[in-house]
Amino acid sequence: MNLTLKIWRQKDSSKKGQMVDYKVTEISEHMSFLEMMDVLNEQLVNSGEEPVAFDHDCREGICGMCSMYINGEAHGPDRGVTTCQLHMRMFKDGDTITIEPFRSAAFPVIKDLVVDRSAFDRIQHAGGYISVNTSGNTQDANSIPIAKDAADTAMDAATCIGCGACVATCKNSSAMLFVGAKVSQYALLPQGQVEAADRVRNMVAQMDLEGFGNCTNTGACEVECPKGISLENIARMNRELMKASV
Amino acid sequence: MGGFFKSSIGRKVAMALSAFFLMFFLLQHLSINILSVFSPDTFNEVSHFMGTNPVVQFALQPVLIFAVVFHFVMGFILELRNSKARKVSYAKNNGAANSTWFSRNMILSGITILAFIVLHFIDFWFPEINTKFIQGDWSGTMEGVEGFRYYEELVHKFVSPLRVGAYVIAFVFLGLHLAHGFASAFQSVGASTIRKKQLQTFGKAYAIIVPAGFIFIALYHHLNH
Repeated sequence: MNLTLKIWRQKDSSKKGQMVDYKVTEISEHMSFLEMMDVLNEQLVNSGEEPVAFDHDCREGICGMCSMYINGEAHGPDRGVTTCQLHMRMFKDGDTITIEPFRSAAFPVIKDLVVDRSAFDRIQHAGGYISVNTSGNTQDANSIPIAKDAADTAMDAATCIGCGACVATCKNSSAMLFVGAKVSQYALLPQGQVEAADRVRNMVAQMDLEGFGNCTNTGACEVECPKGISLENIARMNRELMKASV
Repeated sequence: MGGFFKSSIGRKVAMALSAFFLMFFLLQHLSINILSVFSPDTFNEVSHFMGTNPVVQFALQPVLIFAVVFHFVMGFILELRNSKARKVSYAKNNGAANSTWFSRNMILSGITILAFIVLHFIDFWFPEINTKFIQGDWSGTMEGVEGFRYYEELVHKFVSPLRVGAYVIAFVFLGLHLAHGFASAFQSVGASTIRKKQLQTFGKAYAIIVPAGFIFIALYHHLNH
């Protein structure tokens, strides 16, 4: 496949960026999107140009590091995958692909396609944990009975890898799917009950402080989420906050 | 609780609560207006009751005005805050791939409805306030009209094809606003897990039936008078 790439290039957070066109040739349809980016970077290095900076780590859809807004969608046109799991077979020979960083005031661009997502870490630090020393004190799992549907729903919420696709996709840059998932994974389990009220209050307060927008329930985040995190988590977070506020 | 309404979620809940009230009001308004098609006399009687009853006039009407003003002011505040959350727009954004046009453009449909409310106030509400509160005439009658005046006023307004056209367009946008807003309000108050499918079906039916009812009334009177 021969492709034209329109990529956002930005030297650093203080400089203005712009879209730059590149050509890549002989791309295999079996390559992952990041492998295609590797080919481009090799080409750029060989010609003495600065390679395109992009985030990646595990390259198997687990770590949540890769990002990229590809042809107007977070993680590209495929569903239920991260950018590293996106294959070039989703594109056609001769296509022009637009590649941009995740855009949000709370995710400032560090360089090219790399954005600072530490706002998510600060939200987690505000309450996304339980204050129990689990090290060396592990209980028998059967000593705390948990209903199967609650355990499953909590597990589904916990599959959020914090990649930020929800924020990137949302027309308001809202982080509510992420925060909703993190609140839900504890709210559904007995271990999370003790700090439930403080957790949701503090995490929502931090989310607002970071400058994310409001959720308008378009549902775009749920569609683009590589882990299929459900909007029900946002509804649950709203209920949890109401419960914590009365 | 005060802190709650200052949070992003609290604002959405407040928006949803005002929406619930307005959606209930729309249903009540349609129920009364539809009477004008079937029985002008009953329409006149009910309109006179609503226009002169002290509970409606001095308790419900102020709540309604507050809900309308609150809903659009809060809508603008939220839109402003949301636009600040993304300072650099995407060069290419494929919103249609993951959401409906009307869910992404609530502010647009909202502004159209607001423009309609202004027209509606000029047409009906301001003259009504003038007659009752400034001129002190609570009789519900007018010169040259036998019985109450409400049916006559309604019919008179729907003579102009321009006004009827504006009403139809506004109600189409109201339908689009409700098509997203109904289920969205329930989601905002955290209620959507309970009977989600039934709620969405009911919401879609509401978003079609209510605006279609108002459009029918406007067209009926325009074509029959």
